[in-house]
Amino acid sequence: MAHSTIIEDLRTSFNEAILAVQPTMDSIPTVWVTRDKARDVLRHLKSSVEHPYRMLYDLTVIDERVRANRQDQPASDFTVVYHLLSFDRNDDIRIKVPLVGADLSLPSIAGIWPAANWYEREAWDMFGVKFEGHPHLSRILMPPTWNGHPLRKDHPARATEMGPFTMPEDRMDAEQDALRFRPEDWGMKDHGDGSDLMFLNLGPQHPGTHGLLRIILQLDGEEIRDSVLDIGYHHRGAEKMAERQTWHTYIPYTDRIDYFGGVMNNLAYVLACEKLAGVEVPDRAKVIRVMMAELFRIQSHLVWYGTFAQDVGSFSPVFYMFTDRERVFDIVEAVCGGRMHPAWFRIGGLAQDLPRGWDRLIRDFLKYLPPRLADYDKLVMKNAIFKGRTKGVGAYTLDEAIEWGVTGPGLRACGMDWDFRKKRPYSGYENFDFDIPTAVNGDCYDRGVVRVEEIRQSLRIVEQCVRNMPGGPYKSSHPLATPPVRERTMKDIETLITHFLGVSWGPVIPAGEAFMGIEATKGNNGYYLISDGDIHSYRTRIRTPSFPHLQMVPKMAKGLMIADLLAILGSIDFILADLDR
Amino acid sequence: MTDTMRHLFILFGVLFSVLTVGGLLIWLERRLLALWQERYGPNRVGPFGLLQVAADMIKVITKEDWTPPFADKAVFIIAPAILMIVVVTSFAIIPWASGIEVVDLNIGVLFFLGLSSLGVYSVALAGWASDSKYSLLGGLRASAQMLSYEVFMGLSLMGVVMLAGSFSLREIVEAQQDLWFVVPQFFGFAVFFIAGIAETHRLPFDLPEAESELVAGYHSEYSGLKFGMFFAGEYLGITLISALTVTLFFGGWSGPYLPHAVWFGLKTFAFICFFVLIRASLPRPRYDQLMSFGWKVCLPVSLANLVVTGAWILMMK
Repeated sequence: MAHSTIIEDLRTSFNEAILAVQPTMDSIPTVWVTRDKARDVLRHLKSSVEHPYRMLYDLTVIDERVRANRQDQPASDFTVVYHLLSFDRNDDIRIKVPLVGADLSLPSIAGIWPAANWYEREAWDMFGVKFEGHPHLSRILMPPTWNGHPLRKDHPARATEMGPFTMPEDRMDAEQDALRFRPEDWGMKDHGDGSDLMFLNLGPQHPGTHGLLRIILQLDGEEIRDSVLDIGYHHRGAEKMAERQTWHTYIPYTDRIDYFGGVMNNLAYVLACEKLAGVEVPDRAKVIRVMMAELFRIQSHLVWYGTFAQDVGSFSPVFYMFTDRERVFDIVEAVCGGRMHPAWFRIGGLAQDLPRGWDRLIRDFLKYLPPRLADYDKLVMKNAIFKGRTKGVGAYTLDEAIEWGVTGPGLRACGMDWDFRKKRPYSGYENFDFDIPTAVNGDCYDRGVVRVEEIRQSLRIVEQCVRNMPGGPYKSSHPLATPPVRERTMKDIETLITHFLGVSWGPVIPAGEAFMGIEATKGNNGYYLISDGDIHSYRTRIRTPSFPHLQMVPKMAKGLMIADLLAILGSIDFILADLDR
Repeated sequence: MTDTMRHLFILFGVLFSVLTVGGLLIWLERRLLALWQERYGPNRVGPFGLLQVAADMIKVITKEDWTPPFADKAVFIIAPAILMIVVVTSFAIIPWASGIEVVDLNIGVLFFLGLSSLGVYSVALAGWASDSKYSLLGGLRASAQMLSYEVFMGLSLMGVVMLAGSFSLREIVEAQQDLWFVVPQFFGFAVFFIAGIAETHRLPFDLPEAESELVAGYHSEYSGLKFGMFFAGEYLGITLISALTVTLFFGGWSGPYLPHAVWFGLKTFAFICFFVLIRASLPRPRYDQLMSFGWKVCLPVSLANLVVTGAWILMMK
């Protein structure tokens, strides 16, 4: 009902601009809007409608040129997709803008949402779509010398399709020249007029950045005047790979997006696949999924806890927390066989049932962790120096967080109890009893407080899983569940054929579009899958939390000192593979 | 034994034991940290991993000693040497036991303060000569930190000097036969020890080399033996501050039953362990917090301590 009202509202205000309303499998209202009016429609949705859509949740592009199943959709070569989120409605809307022919440009919305800045750069980098009026439209994930736009369908996906690599003298010079640092290339002002500001390259190799991330700082003494992030060092083309892998064989790739999230990534992906395929998951599988996902949340938060303390200069906590993390991995290993990247969830269920005696390990862990967490409170969160370093540092308000697309603990640290597990329960979260921790100040310390409390809440959820584990099958008997259940394959030919095709070829997911976002370890992680009725996806868009969160760093760090920047980076809890994909 | 022979014996004995202790400290710290951090630490080379020290030495000596082409060569080479010279020379005034010291200067305390001021040159020059931005920031932090904490360190010792009526470390130890100075001079001790940690730039005062911020700070560009000198210099600095704390506030070599040198060694060892424990447990303050703590807390405390001690001495007369 809410959906029809917003579409009615749009029709009254922008009737001539609306090209179509597209039905999707995820029942998010999807409205096609003309290019000229797109900006106005988005501005209207953000500020003039009742219960506005305040967050730009995602912005991406679809190369539609070779898509077969797009009946009832307006003609389009490249479709720009805006995904907005309304907290008041607890609902999303998707605005699609078709671009046809050679003129791939439309007005930028960076003036409406600051978060759009990076998303539009990514769309330009990956698809060659121009956003007019963008303050600094340049490549973001690919190197500046790259030829072509990788996510276009005509761009090769593998090196073997690209011909041999050569590096002649002139190309070498061009590449070397591209590495030279020119502040204006980064949208920075070169204060060459006698003022003595220093540029400092923090990274890409630096102990404080937790991986390959480059931050160019403009310093006055140790005070940060300006900063620019150079990302893309960890870009592996995960979205492009999805277009080659079958729906099933892509699962291990998702593990490596937020590489501390483990099966949490599988969850978002398989839930989206199940939406597309219409697969119902049995209860036991749902509860096991929740249990494993929460164990990974604990593990991820423990790593964050230790490394955050280390970034602030505390030397020991990281060792304690990695010890605890090993305990989690012992459980994960016993259940899944893998540790960091178990790739254990399947479309329609799980890879295996739980092993015998699984609950003993978890019960031991549930007794082991709480007293240790109490110790860490004394060691880290209650330490006066630690408080001095993190309280009031890197704070943002709730409004700013929403403007910049912040989700997860970063949003809850500003006082909003927005948790997708509660607000839009998936995989049976509505049956669990847990609280959503919040804090008020939105600074580094509060982001920490929220995460520490989340560890305790996750323990509660795991405990409820152990106490109430339902029986029954661990995988759906739906023919698209992969690999299909084998029980009856030797008894009737239909099941045998389905099984044979499902295993040797891969499941054919019916054509359609679906998005599924979950409350992952770092914030909201979502998969927007488009099937063209094939064994692999036509387009896989991975909406990751680290991308918008890191975009905010220059804003948070302005006017602070280098040491504060490291505290901020630690408090965000980002993963570089989650950032660059 | 002639006097000369005796002096030479003490001189080389002190030098030898100081360098040995400095080396073993690397092993000790790693083992102690491991103990407090639920891990094993170096336990492979030799009994209890003791030969790790030798292995590390061989590694440091045989590593390529690289001088960056952009560095100021002469200063780059001199900087680590200054640190070693200053720290090792400071040990000359430490009384190891009654009558066992390299030299009993009647200005011992001033001699130490003077040398430790020279130590600032080492890090400042290293940061400057490396001609790298991280080193520069580290060097600047180091200079500011060491110069400020130098002030409180000197002031905090004046109470002890007033009570003992001498700058000579031997006489200061002898003046503590009845009561260790840590009791009347507790605030002096606290400020001295804090300033001592800052002088050796150990956690929580390791801002000049803060790993998560400045990579390795002032010695980012150093490698091989030159890095080894900074590394060993830090451990010698810990030993020096511990030995001085014992001498000035904890009765030096005095103690019942056991020989003097053993008492001195035990007390010093306890403080060395305390240094390591502090490193294992505290985070690092920010640069401005460090400076304001120094000038707004340490300075008033040491000044007040000085005034009260002076008044008390006058009253007793």
